[in-house]
Amino acid sequence: MSLREALDVRSGEDAHLVLRRTAVLDPVAGIDSVHDVVIRDGQIAALASPGEADGDGAEVVEAEGLHAFPAFFDPHVHLRTPGQEHKEDVETGTRAAAAGGYCGVLAMANTRPPVSTAADISALREQARAGASVPVGFLATATKGMEGRELTEMVELREAGAVGFSDDGLPIVDAGVMRRALQYQHLCGGNIALHEEDPRLSRDGAMHEGPVSAALGVAGIPSVSESTMVARDAALAGYERARIHVQHLSAAESVEIVRAAKAAGVRISAEASPHHLCLTDEAVRSLDPHRHKMNPPLREERDREALIDGLRDGTIECIATDHAPHQPEEKDVPFEQAAMGVTGLETAFAALHTELVLPGVIDLGLLVERMGGGAEPFDLPRPTLAPGSEANVALCDLGAEWTVGEDGYESRSANSWCAGRTLTGRVLMTVAAGQVAFRLRSFSLGVAA
Amino acid sequence: MKHLLSIEQLSRAEIESILDRAESFAEVGRRDIKKVPTLRGRTVVSLFYESSTRTSSSFDLAAKRLSADLVSVKAAGSSVEKGESLKDTVATLSAYDPAAIVIRHPYAGAAQMVAGWTAAAVVNAGDGKHEHPSQALLDVYTLRRRLGSLDGIRIWIVGDVLHSRVARSNLIAFARMGAEVTVCGPPTLIPRGIEELGCDVSYSLDGVEEADVVYALRMQNERMSESFVPSLREYAANFQIDTRRLNPRQLLMHPGPVNRGVELSGEAIDSPQSLIAEQVAAGLVVRMAILYELLAGNEGQTPAGEGEGSRPTPIGTPA
Repeated sequence: MSLREALDVRSGEDAHLVLRRTAVLDPVAGIDSVHDVVIRDGQIAALASPGEADGDGAEVVEAEGLHAFPAFFDPHVHLRTPGQEHKEDVETGTRAAAAGGYCGVLAMANTRPPVSTAADISALREQARAGASVPVGFLATATKGMEGRELTEMVELREAGAVGFSDDGLPIVDAGVMRRALQYQHLCGGNIALHEEDPRLSRDGAMHEGPVSAALGVAGIPSVSESTMVARDAALAGYERARIHVQHLSAAESVEIVRAAKAAGVRISAEASPHHLCLTDEAVRSLDPHRHKMNPPLREERDREALIDGLRDGTIECIATDHAPHQPEEKDVPFEQAAMGVTGLETAFAALHTELVLPGVIDLGLLVERMGGGAEPFDLPRPTLAPGSEANVALCDLGAEWTVGEDGYESRSANSWCAGRTLTGRVLMTVAAGQVAFRLRSFSLGVAA
Repeated sequence: MKHLLSIEQLSRAEIESILDRAESFAEVGRRDIKKVPTLRGRTVVSLFYESSTRTSSSFDLAAKRLSADLVSVKAAGSSVEKGESLKDTVATLSAYDPAAIVIRHPYAGAAQMVAGWTAAAVVNAGDGKHEHPSQALLDVYTLRRRLGSLDGIRIWIVGDVLHSRVARSNLIAFARMGAEVTVCGPPTLIPRGIEELGCDVSYSLDGVEEADVVYALRMQNERMSESFVPSLREYAANFQIDTRRLNPRQLLMHPGPVNRGVELSGEAIDSPQSLIAEQVAAGLVVRMAILYELLAGNEGQTPAGEGEGSRPTPIGTPA
């Protein structure tokens, strides 16, 4: 199965490319050497010895000094359609994904109205086939209208093509409803992705509860608001032998609970977002709602370190951006009033390369592995550079420095958590589902004689 | 100093300089004609998104005593009620080319954002539960007048610290001026991690007898319905400052408005140890000093052309 078969994407021309003398790194496939990467008919045709591949009419990229990775997969983005196309839509959101080196994304269902019926899924899939630069999968809500009371028609939704289920944006507060969804999963299949938060503990919180919130006088969202719900749902999933995916882990306690649940045999997967891996609540002292207001909130250094440990030992198998576009009028207001969420697709790899790989916190191979880890929890194929597979390639210049936002964004929104930062490492070109999905304007390609 | 957004931004020397200036304005207040021409021809906008008696009236009067033209905008009855954003309201008011905007807003960081949108000097008159720097300055002023110095003075701030911008600004200001600060209240109303601001924490009034100053905070009625305390009765039984708990050498302060019989007993409010009336009087001269510091303090000459800069010499010349 390929991403093109499993998800929906605009159909275009199959790529015919040779990436000449590129450093190929695919840690899962055990590839770490310099090759000519030959892409033909949208597949990885061969990893030839450097300089030896026959151009054979393909576009030839002189890629010496550049890196080719399996393109990334983001299981958690907000494309905002239907209802909020002024923030993002399938076309702009997948362009942003392609620019970030992604070959696939999963769109959350908390749109207006939420994606709760088979007709909603069908309409979105149609949009993706018309205008998505990279393959998109759509999740449906687990409960009708995200109200947390009644299950959606999960079987019909799956038949219509829903990749999985999530009420993301809101937790499923009622443990009884959560349990029913897990029971029903044995009939309908599909992973259930969970936004873990107890609103009775979060209340009107706008940032992490701790010394910084105490100093700012901003109501806090305590870590236990997340960790108690992760613990509850890990217990329910274990009891029902069901499968869950925990979204955007932020607290050290949550990481520990997921680790223990995995050790106990619970079918649980987890993701962490680049902003939680790079920033702490110290950044919120600026009270800048554009870059630092999101839910779950930026937490403390011990939490950030726990997330990194989770990446290292596989407790957290994937990095997910929780790309959440908002327009300026929802962000140009005091911190507590501002909308939650930051964009991340275009900067995830570069930010993590700059903040974690270059200082030696994690190695490049681990980053690449976790950037592609979001597919398998949803029964989708992990992008790989192994010959014979669908071509999903991110070509990167690890030495390139760029300032985020200086050339604008592919996304329709500009609320990037790294706006104005200078990052090292840039995606030059993305091949997704066998098609060239993105190439940086300043990056020209040669054509073989 | 371009704006007054927080106490956090001020050094001890900057606090002292504002207080020294306030002392000289106190002298003006004892004259028959209480007005000076310092800010003649300049405009001060006061923009209040929350109700206020003390802060708004004293800033307004301070601007008038300095001869500024004053525009007072209250959220109620303004375009804010029609849904105008803070940014647009500030842009509108900035078109009058004000020298200063004094803003009170229910959310943290509002004054700081406004400072990014206008060329005017911005004074934070309270932003959410974050800071209330002019209150802290007037409280330090009041104590300094009474005690000479805050060095080594022990101050207990008692009550609903969680929801209090006054508590936050004051504990920073008191500590910066050399005092030892303890915050005290029921555990549900003490924010987690507050001790990292440099104070001690106590969940009961045991030990309050060691304090030189007891600073009581307003206890809002609605806190009961949110289960922060079981009842005002139980709160008062454990945390009310009355003349039995207050010993004669201790001073009592409160930012107002007071809930009589809740955080303070009537007797304590009216006792000779109470500085509450002095705090209100200090509010005016300290706010004059703040406006002066921001609008005239950095200039070699005052806009009216008199003076030598560092001292508010126009005081000698009634308008």
